[in-house]
Amino acid sequence: MNSKPTERQRILAVFPHPDDESFVAAGTLAMYIAGGMEVTYACLTLGEMGRNMGIPPFANRVTLPAIRKEELAASCRAIGIRDLRMLGFHDKMVEFEDPQVLEARITGLLEELKPQMVITFYPGYSVHPDHDATGAAVIRAVAQLPAAERPVVYCSAFAVNCEQVIGQPDVTMDVTAFLEEKMASIRAHATQFQAAELVGNRELTAEEIRLRYGTERFWTYRFGDAE
Amino acid sequence: MQPLQPQDIQTRIDRLAGQELYIHLELTSGAYASHLDATRHPASAFITNAVIRYSQGSISGAGPYRIGLKTVQGWVYAEGLTHVDETEQERIILAGHDSLGKLIVALQLGREPF
Repeated sequence: MNSKPTERQRILAVFPHPDDESFVAAGTLAMYIAGGMEVTYACLTLGEMGRNMGIPPFANRVTLPAIRKEELAASCRAIGIRDLRMLGFHDKMVEFEDPQVLEARITGLLEELKPQMVITFYPGYSVHPDHDATGAAVIRAVAQLPAAERPVVYCSAFAVNCEQVIGQPDVTMDVTAFLEEKMASIRAHATQFQAAELVGNRELTAEEIRLRYGTERFWTYRFGDAE
Repeated sequence: MQPLQPQDIQTRIDRLAGQELYIHLELTSGAYASHLDATRHPASAFITNAVIRYSQGSISGAGPYRIGLKTVQGWVYAEGLTHVDETEQERIILAGHDSLGKLIVALQLGREPF
């Protein structure tokens, strides 16, 4: 299935770390933006506890937040996102924030922006505790809305064996037409993108890029009381 | 960041001895340690902007380096340090990077909070 942008007007993307947007949804977001939609990206932290400092390291714990803030802005420009909200939470600590504070921030964005679609992490299946806590706050906030007013929520999950529990993703986006935007977004995170487990230490061929980054998959979140 | 020179670090450590300092101390395997390799045990800890005062401190080893600071009530210890922010005049900003370039340990000392 390949969803087409139709009558939707605004997407709210909510992720905890600069570069989550690149790997999870840059192609999808660029595609919808090309189709005329507006995207707001709420990024909870500055990724200031990240371990990648560039190769060789040109950042450190002290300089990383300001550097990643610039990288985040550049990534948004690459994707075409014009509304970036940096929510000011501390990297690694999202799960320890007051859940009501987190939820209230998301609720405020939902009320202000009235998005037709929200993209976030699937709580419980997204490996990093910040991912799970962010997704959980988004789900709680959206669940508070009357069922008829809820935006569709696309969740990304990548925990090992997650498909055994939540099944196959029901949304598959072919983003090969937007790989230029997506790779520019990834590379905008200059402190991060050389990491061996991400892009590796050599230039990928066009075919490798297409295979690795050409498809984005999401699970549409099923709210218990929605039919 | 540049590979640290132990003599330079020792000079910096001596310069900050006996004063009230803010410390950031961190050791991290990364949040993805066990996701990428199920045999690994993810473990991380950090403390930021605790206040300490050390009477003596030194750097040792042949690289990666160890640092021990003797405080009024105890000790501060870090192992695996490789790099320093060479542009810092007064603060000490140290990190250890593993073979993949990732930060694995950090030790920072300064007169103002980080």
